[in-house]
Parts: sequence; structure tokens; C-alpha cells
Amino acid sequence: MEVAAQGCRGQADLGERELTAQPVSTIARAAVTVPHRRPRNGSLARWQDALFRNVTLLFAALVLALLLSIIVALSYAALPALQRFGLGFFITNVWNPVTSEFGALAPIYGTLTTSIIALVIGVPVSFGIALFLTEMCPVALKRPLGTAVELLAAVPSIIYGMWGLFVFAPFFADHVQPLIQQVLGAVWIIGPLFQGAPTGLGVLTAGIILAVMVIPFIAAVMRDVFEIVPPVLKESAYGLGCTTWEVVRNIVLPYTRIGVIGGIMLGLGRALGETMAVTFVIGNAYRIRASLFEPGNSIASALANEFNEAADPIHRGSLIALGLVLFVLTLIVLAASRLLIVRLTRGEGAQG
Amino acid sequence: MNEGTIKMRISMAVIATAFTLLLGVSAQAADITGAGATFPYPIYAKWADAYKAKTGVGMNYQSIGSGGGIAQIKAKTVDFGASDMPLKSEDLQSAGLMQFPAIVGGVVPIINIPGIAPGALRLTGPLLADIYLGKIKQWNDNAIVAINTGLKLPDSAIAVVRRSDGSGTTFIWTDYLSKASEEWKKKVGSATAVSWPEGVGGKGNEGVAAYVQRIKGSIGYVEYAYAKRNGMTYASVQNKDGQFVQPDDSTFQAAAANADWSRAPGFYQILTDQPGKNAWPITGASFILMHVKQDKPQKAAEVLKFFAWSFHNAQKLAIELDYIPLPDAVTKAVEDAWRSQLKDAAGKPIWESAN
Repeated sequence: MEVAAQGCRGQADLGERELTAQPVSTIARAAVTVPHRRPRNGSLARWQDALFRNVTLLFAALVLALLLSIIVALSYAALPALQRFGLGFFITNVWNPVTSEFGALAPIYGTLTTSIIALVIGVPVSFGIALFLTEMCPVALKRPLGTAVELLAAVPSIIYGMWGLFVFAPFFADHVQPLIQQVLGAVWIIGPLFQGAPTGLGVLTAGIILAVMVIPFIAAVMRDVFEIVPPVLKESAYGLGCTTWEVVRNIVLPYTRIGVIGGIMLGLGRALGETMAVTFVIGNAYRIRASLFEPGNSIASALANEFNEAADPIHRGSLIALGLVLFVLTLIVLAASRLLIVRLTRGEGAQG
Repeated sequence: MNEGTIKMRISMAVIATAFTLLLGVSAQAADITGAGATFPYPIYAKWADAYKAKTGVGMNYQSIGSGGGIAQIKAKTVDFGASDMPLKSEDLQSAGLMQFPAIVGGVVPIINIPGIAPGALRLTGPLLADIYLGKIKQWNDNAIVAINTGLKLPDSAIAVVRRSDGSGTTFIWTDYLSKASEEWKKKVGSATAVSWPEGVGGKGNEGVAAYVQRIKGSIGYVEYAYAKRNGMTYASVQNKDGQFVQPDDSTFQAAAANADWSRAPGFYQILTDQPGKNAWPITGASFILMHVKQDKPQKAAEVLKFFAWSFHNAQKLAIELDYIPLPDAVTKAVEDAWRSQLKDAAGKPIWESAN
């Protein structure tokens, strides 16, 4: 075993040397060390290198092939519905399995609304958590709190759903919703968002549960990127008399922008696709109402609810088309975050 | 331990595993497989257990939903499919399938009105339809008060709860509402999932039950077994003969017995709103689907033997789980249908050779 491992290491070293132009002195040193190692065939090493490269290339290509085949399979299966309803599928609000009429507007609306609520609540809280953990937390608390955040990220979503339905929704209905209605119910513009019977179920509840679910993700990423800010930068700022907020605003955030956006997008991705937890609390009604207390529906929960019993090809096709919409939404989110990052880094270059 | 013994042990372990796998495969070969409806899953699983203990033949049932069951039997990946919604004769013919009922169950309305005992509230089909259409919005609506003299109904809003997932329970419920109300039939119709004019949707019986327990003034519907085990407050419903009946085994049995199966081609018979003084109006059967022409006649024969055994010897298991076994007249009709419809590739009846 020992010998084999050494041999491997030797090959890796050689590979590196072949790839990068080394100063003569290192090559000379290598020549000195080679006789101590097992003699081996140079062409064999090159052959292994090529094999290794091609195998890894194959794995990488598999990912791409998988992605493409998912798109093709989804599009193909969605075809019956898309042919029947055309582009109208995406902008009509009707979902009637009896008459085989389907439109995706309500689930799309529900998916976007709940995800936006989740981010509106989740991003500031995660930011606070990450900031506290990296900048202000007593050392003794740092590790237990950090581990707790990571553990929260590992809780299965069905647990959040059950907690939402059995614990959070009753509490929300009895104590929070009436209060919100009292305080904000009559306020101009945002008043209509909080009308209706306080049942504890609906778009807002789903958004809050999603926020709870994405907070650990976003907070963990933010904490990790905040930690890589070189202490010397922060210390210099503190030395100039900056407050903690000024340090965060002017040093930490500009330095970690890309990582922070990445974390938020990760959270958004989870919020868009979350299924079980949302299904439990959103109320599952194909409706678009102004009030966030009213039941709604999301793409993922519509799929979870109806796929089992969808025997009619148009019904099944419509559900798969919904899946396609979700797929495209996620792609758009990813692409948008990429674009944002590219623009930010370009801006940085211009500044420098 | 030297390297040689380790190697030998490993190879022995590999051989042993291979043998177990082989044996496992050969034992499974005799098993029958089915897939479909979730509503009858508990009883099919229980029957399968008892049948395996008795005959050694296992039955593997996957409760993937009626839609999935229909798709799987059409693709011939299972020996039988199961659906809560019977297929129409023309659909059966075009797919080369036959169907027969296997088990009967009931659906009950459950309510959450403080101070009202189980079974005390009386409702009618048209009232239920109007509630679910959103036309009756208050518990103290005149139409409800009129048939509930003596009950103190609160001045509170009715919160409608229904299933969010496609379900045979929903099919039975909406089929009943369609029979009870022209308007429901026209506006909503009946299916395993419909376009609900009102209410919030809970996933599964447990989701509906949780919502009804949670929301004051709510009404929902669940399978009888579910309501009974969880001590939920159910309502009594007026049947076709004008009687207000309580949901229990005897009223479901009455509905199944009074149904006229002989005049239902392809067993297309939905047991809602059946005549009879004691018949519970919201009763339904769950169906089994099989190919009329069988490529694997032995497998098909095993399936038939399994159901024949279940019909004749395992009725008690069904009652224990709050299902209703098929009446004797119906099982006889089912066996006749097996005899006349299921053939092997050569056109020989399968049920004959199975006996």
C-alpha cells in the first residue's frame, strides 16, 4: 500500500510539472529525487493522465446530458397540454380537472409570492445572524450557535410542514393574525393584504414557513463568506474609528457581495421548489387574491397534490408543464444571479 | 489473521449473498403485483398478509393513486390496477380492460361546531352542495335551522374544507353532491379532483381532519374509518328514502346491498345516493382493473384466487378496518364476470382453469 501511494504521488507531481512551466532549478531537483522513487514508464503516466481527464470529462458531460434530457422529457410530456392551451396556459387562472381546462397563473403567482415573502423576511434575519456570529458573538457562543444554524438547515422539510400545520398555524391564527388585522387592516394600500378569516393557513403562513426554512441556508453561507474578510482590513477600519455598522457596510459587504448574493439565490432556489412544507400550510386553492391570509397554491404543491391521481393525459400534461415552468423559473433565477455577479465584478474592475 | 483467510471469508460471503439474492428472486417470481388507489390500501395490505401466511403467495400492492394504477395496468407493468373511480365501459373496451368492485367504504361529513355532539347535526345532500358552492355561508342559515329544530346553531361563518390532492374520497363526495344538486353537477361536476368554488384544501384525510379540528365553524369530509378512529364529530345525512341516517357499518352495508349491480354494465356502479331506508348516501366501491386478454394466465389466475379468497374468507378483516365487504350477490356476479371475460391468449377462460 505504502509503495503504491508513493507511486501515485510521484505521478501527480510529474503531471503538475508537465503542465506548468517550472524554473530549471526545480526540474533539476526533481531529477535528483527521481532515482529514489520507483522507476516508471513516462508514456504510461501520460496515458493514465489522459484516462483520468477523459473520465472526469465524462462525469461532467453526464451532468449536462442529464439536464438536457430533463428538459426534453419535461417538454415532451407537457406537449399535450401546451398544444391544447398554447401560451394561454401561462396566463390564465383556471384549474378544472373535470372539464380538462388548465392554466398556470395561480400556481405561478403563489410560488413567486411565497418565495418573495420568504426572502423579505429571511434575508434581513440571516444577515443579522451571520453578522452577529462573525462580528459580535462571544467566542464561547460562536460554535454552538453556528452548529445550531447548520443543524436547522439539515431538518427535513416535512418536519417544517408538520410544525407549520400543527404548531405555527394555530398560534398564528389565534394571536398574530388578529393583531395584524387590527393594526394594519385599515392602512392604505397594505390593508387589503391582510383581509379575510384568520385561519392560520394561506400564502403568508407559507411564506413565513419558507422563511424559517431558508434562513439557515442563507445565514450559513453569509457567515462563511463574512469570515473570509481579512482581519487586517476590518482592523484598519476600526482603527480609523469606524463603528461596527460602518465596518460591515463599507468593508465586509463590498468584500463579500458575490458570496452574499450566492447565498440569497441558494435560499431563493430552495423557496421556489419547496414542496411538502408549503403544501401543508398554503391552503391549496387555485386562486389569486389580494389578501395574503387567503389560501393559494404553489407549483410544487400542485404537483405533489395532484400527480398521483391525474389519469387524464391533459391533466397530467398540464402538471408536467407546471414542472417545466418551475424549472425555467429556477433557471431564470440562476441566470439573473450570474448576471448580477458579472456586473458587480465588472463595476469593481472599473473602480480599481 | 493472514490475507488468505480474509480473502476466503470475503469470497464465501459474496457467494452466500448471491445465493440469498437468487433465492429471493425465485420466491418473488410467484408473487402478484398491483398498484393504484390509496383508499383501499390498508385492507389490500391486510388481505395480502393473511393470504401469504395461508398460501405462501405474496401480493405486493403499491398505493400510488388511482391515476397511477390505471396508467400502470395499461402499461402492463402490474398484474392488476386499482381505481376508486370506475372506468366507463367505452374506456374499458378501448383499453382492453375489465373491472370489478373489491371493497366498499363510506365517506362522512365532519364538522367543528362547539357544543354539537357527533351525529346530532342533520344535513341533506342539497344543503351540503350549497355549503360547498358557497351559497350557504352561516351555520344559523334558515335552511339548516329548519331541519335541526332543537339544536343551537351558532351565528358563525362556515369554513369549507376539502381535499387538495386527487382522491377517490373526493370522487365519492363530489359524485354525491352532483346527484344531490343540479347546480353542483353543472358548475363543478365529479372527479378525483375538481375545481372547488370554496374553501381550503388539506392533503390527505389527515390534512382535512387537521384543518377541521383547527378551524372553528368548519366542515370537511373524510373516510369513515378516519373519522371513527379520531373521534371526529360527524353529521347525519338524509338518504334517498328521506331518512336521516348515521354513518356506520350497517348503513354502508345497506347501501351496497341495495345497489342494482346487475344493470350496471362493466360494474360501472357508484354507490352514492342508493335507495333503502338504512342506506348511507355517501358510499363508494373501489375497483380492480385487469386485462381481458391475459399474456400471463398463471399470474392472472393467482390474482383471481387472491380476490376470491379475500371475498369469501377475509370479510372479518375488512370489517375490522371499517371497510364493508361486498355482499354475496355481488361477489357471485364478479366471479361470473371473471368467467365470461378473462381469457388467456388461446381464448380459454382463466377463472375456470384456476379452480
